[in-house]
This record gives sequence, C-alpha cells and structure tokens, in this order.
Amino acid sequence: MTAVPLGAAIAVMWAVTYLPRTLPLVLFRREITNRWVRSFLHYVPYAVLTALTLPAIFAATTSWVSAGAGLVVAVVLAWRRRSLLTVALAAAVAVWLVEAALAGL
Amino acid sequence: MGEWRTGLRDGVGIALGYFTISIAFGLAAVRSGLTPLVATVISFTNLSSSGQFAGVTILAEAGSLAELALTVLLINLRYVLMAFSLSQRLAPGIGTGRRLLMGYGVTDEIYALALGRRVVTAPYYLGLMVLPVLGWTAGTLAGAVLGQVLPPSLQSAMGVLLYAMFVAIVVPPARSSGPVLAVVALAGSVSVLLAALPLAVAPGWRLIVATCVAAALGATLFPVGDADRPAGARP
Repeated sequence: MTAVPLGAAIAVMWAVTYLPRTLPLVLFRREITNRWVRSFLHYVPYAVLTALTLPAIFAATTSWVSAGAGLVVAVVLAWRRRSLLTVALAAAVAVWLVEAALAGL
Repeated sequence: MGEWRTGLRDGVGIALGYFTISIAFGLAAVRSGLTPLVATVISFTNLSSSGQFAGVTILAEAGSLAELALTVLLINLRYVLMAFSLSQRLAPGIGTGRRLLMGYGVTDEIYALALGRRVVTAPYYLGLMVLPVLGWTAGTLAGAVLGQVLPPSLQSAMGVLLYAMFVAIVVPPARSSGPVLAVVALAGSVSVLLAALPLAVAPGWRLIVATCVAAALGATLFPVGDADRPAGARP
C-alpha cells in the first residue's frame, strides 16, 4: 500500500497535472508567427495520441492477442469515420469476444 | 449564450466516453488499495487518464513522493505543448482568471475537439469542459463502488476503451492528410522502437521523444500554410 501521506500524494498529482496545462495558457498570449513552430504544434496532438496508444495498448488487456484485435477493429471503424463511442465500444466488444474464444480453446 | 450551449452539447460524446473509461480507473484504484472517495478526489482534481493510472500504480508500489511527482509530470508534459497550441486559437481578450479555469480542462479529447474550431471562445471551451468533468468524476465513483461485481473478462475489455478513443481521434485526419499520416506512422514507430530496445526508457520520456521527433519532422518536411491551419483533430 501507499508509503506517502495520501493528502500529499493527491496534492502532488494535482500540481504536476494542473500546472503544465495551465501555465502556457496564462503566461503566453502572443500569436506564434514562426511557421515551423506553428507546424510543430499542429502535428503534436496526432503524434502524442499515437505514442500514447503504441505500444501501450498491447498491455491494456489480459492478452496482446485480444488487444491487437481491439486495435484492428478500432482502426478499421475509425477509418470509416464512425463516432468516438462506436469505435471505443466496438473495440471493447472485440477484446471480450477474442478473450472468450481464447478461454474456450 | 449560444457558444456555451454549443460547447456543452459537443462535450456529451466525450463525457460518455470518459464515464466508461473512468469506471476502469475506479476499479484499478480500489484494487490498489485506495478508497472510492480518494479515487474520486484524484479524478476530480487531475482529470487526466494516463497520468492518474501511472500515479495510482506508483502509490500501489509504495513509491516515493518524488518518484510520483516526476512520473506524473513526465506523462503530463504533453499538456504543455497542447496548452501552447490552444493558446494560439483563443479568442482575444480572455483574462487570467478564465485562463486559469480553462487550463484545468486541457485533456487529450477536450483539446482535440476544441481544435476543431478556428477560434476558441471562453464560453465554448468552459461549456465543453462541464460534462466531461462530471462524467470522469462520476464514472470513477461508479467504478470504485460498483465495479467489483464486474467479471474479470469485462474488466479486461474495458482496458482497451481509452486507446480505442485515441485511435478514433487520430485515424480520420490521418486518412485525409498525407503529412498527418506520416507523422502518426513515425510517432508510432519511434514509440514502439524505444519500448522494444533494452534501454529502460521511462514511458513519460518515450512519449516526449516520440512526439517531438515526429512533430519536428512533420514541421520540417510538411510546414503548415495559413490555408490549412484549421485542420483540427475533430473526431
């Protein structure tokens, strides 16, 4: 169990989450004119979300096989521009089905 | 008034997704030995999926306060980049007080949706935040209190939800834009490579390196002109 006071742990987690996302908004108000920097910031969200997903998704379920099935289903449905919720739920169903099949083998 | 309502409505999808995903967080937190109340407070104050998951893991492994701070900070450093990029879309004249409040809502999904707009006003953004915050907090409580009745097979399936949401946000713009597809492919490759190499790179650093390498290459090879500026990550 926890070795540090819970109150302190919660306060620390809050601080290192709130400050990185707020300080740039408060301290930085000019428009960035540098084209490279603007382009960099344009590509950041796509890069971050991809790096968050790969390879972590393969450890998100009990087996990398079921996680892989969930990933494939998510990519195919997202490619067909299905909604966020449809993609997420279909991926979860795929994981569940594959794990049920694996358990039945 | 219209902006606030539009924001509120746009937040419904995120709130539903958050509610489902935070059930998984509530489950994990209680299994690590935290009470439902503590799990709920963490969700309300943090409002971040991966940072919270990492934080609770460290708490469960009896890590030190410094280790907790550094790991969660590393995972959250991407918010610095997002907040910078969001600051470029804000409507003129938004004061410090509102910015302090808006910063709380910089999450992967809220940010991505807000960037679907050419100019982000304070009422729109604050409206957009409300339901996801409620969904994330309520889902954590629901997961912590009621989650234990879920069979393990369902808990495992829940683990994929968060990542599937990320896929749903990234894939459509990658389909329409070659440069975005290239950046996505590079970020994924670098991240997988760093994880596979026997370097023991902490997940937070891996994320930062993969992001910076991919976005930098994208900016160098495919600079964004003024015309295609509003190409946001709207799902």
